[in-house]
Amino acid sequence: MIQRAPKKRRPGRRLNQGRAPVALLLPSLLGLAFLVLPVVGLLVRTPWSRLTTDIAATDTWTALRLSLECATAATGFSIFLGVPLAWLLARTDMPGRGVARSLVAVPLVLPPVVGGMALLLVLGRNGILGIYLDRWFGITLPFTTPGVIVAETFVALPFLVISVETALHALDASLEEAAATSGAGRWQIFRWITLPNLLPAIGAGAVLSWARALGEFGATITFAGDFPGTTQTMPLAVYLAFEDDPQSAIVLSLVLLAVSIALLALLRDRLFTRV
Amino acid sequence: MPTLLARTRLRVPAAAAALALAGAALAGCSSSSTTSSGASSSASASSVALSGTITVFAAASLKKSFTALATTFEKDHPGTTVKFSFAGSDTLAAQIDQGAPADVFASANQSTMETVEKAGNTTGTPTVFVKNTLEIAVQPGNPKGIETLADLTKSGIKVAECAATVPCGSAAVKALAAAKVKLTPVTYETEVTGALTKVELGEVDAALVYHSDIVGADGKVEGVVFSTASDAVNSYPIDVLKGSTNTSLAQAFVSYILSPSSEQFLLKAGFQAP
Repeated sequence: MIQRAPKKRRPGRRLNQGRAPVALLLPSLLGLAFLVLPVVGLLVRTPWSRLTTDIAATDTWTALRLSLECATAATGFSIFLGVPLAWLLARTDMPGRGVARSLVAVPLVLPPVVGGMALLLVLGRNGILGIYLDRWFGITLPFTTPGVIVAETFVALPFLVISVETALHALDASLEEAAATSGAGRWQIFRWITLPNLLPAIGAGAVLSWARALGEFGATITFAGDFPGTTQTMPLAVYLAFEDDPQSAIVLSLVLLAVSIALLALLRDRLFTRV
Repeated sequence: MPTLLARTRLRVPAAAAALALAGAALAGCSSSSTTSSGASSSASASSVALSGTITVFAAASLKKSFTALATTFEKDHPGTTVKFSFAGSDTLAAQIDQGAPADVFASANQSTMETVEKAGNTTGTPTVFVKNTLEIAVQPGNPKGIETLADLTKSGIKVAECAATVPCGSAAVKALAAAKVKLTPVTYETEVTGALTKVELGEVDAALVYHSDIVGADGKVEGVVFSTASDAVNSYPIDVLKGSTNTSLAQAFVSYILSPSSEQFLLKAGFQAP
């Protein structure tokens, strides 16, 4: 368990007192309302009378389960690939690090649909690499659940890398240096010194990645297609339902919203206590 | 007179007068534009004074032909612009019913148009301008030897089908039911063009798309005709929408699509006469 040191009085404490100036207060409240109102609108228009029957529908649970499973798997892959990548960017003199760092951020600015299309061209059955995956191993990713995880990892990984890399730069290097002078190897330093100190940042990055993966739509529908049970995640189900039956789309959105908020609140208490 | 029409178009109090003028102008337009071809239309265009921009919401399957037809229309009526939004008909219908700023809607089946009509968003009675039949799209040379709907259910054959909410999907459901074939596709696409692209890229082996899509793909896919296709023929209706801010131009465009020359063009593109 984390031992809680007696809370230091934060130096900024006195800044919290006194009245907020209107020039800051007005836009801040406007910003808050702008973020909250759409969700309120969702609640206002929720067809409460059919809520229970819609939630009980098996399709809802199939899509929700798939969403949670795929987002969790994508977060797992993001940690597995992202932590070493962040370490490589922050702790080595690898040439082209600056370029690599910019490339890591590309999925953040790329419209997800473009990402999905690019994945299809590389990992699709006739893709640059996908053709060999199919020929040699009989593996095809598009239209499968692993395809969904691949698409979600593509958009979620940068969040983890950036979060962990920032923490690595902020980390006090003296401990690692002390270990190095005592003769510890790079792997030992990483395993016993760096990694334990990075845990909060990995946690925070994982939550961001997970949230991004859960909401993923564009890359998923482009790369993995849409089929109930295998690739139709909640965002896809909501999109399709909205065209056909907007009321049920609202219910689906509400379920997704409730589950995400509940899980985030739960994780927040566990992960952010030290951040 | 023409300048008056153009100036008052946007003002709310004069809207009624503008509408009346537009109606009068239209009567002259439709009779002349349907009979005259491109050569003489510059004269009729100046007497009608069509101007401005319209936005046409059209089914994804109309993309190639409507884009080409609009280029001719804009040439015939200098100073006009026809913008398009192509998507699955149900997406467009939902957008129209949510107040999207569209002047004309061309749907890939009648039931989707009916939902817009029922919501009170059409101006008249939608007119069917073409029909379209489903076909199986396969890779050139038909490497998997697909000849019937039943062949699509063979193991290892990946098929893209339109979602049942889009017209090509509801037609596919009908055709499959008539053939008593139970098909499990790998994906339900939200528009017919998405299903076609996946065949072109080789990501699926076959897709149920329209004959016109296969004609429009210029040899990148091959069509396989199947027996129950006649049970799933879609009729494409078109109409001016209530929310139109340029009804004269919208009407002129609809009349142009319904004209014999446009029909000839659409037939060549793989559609059928209504």
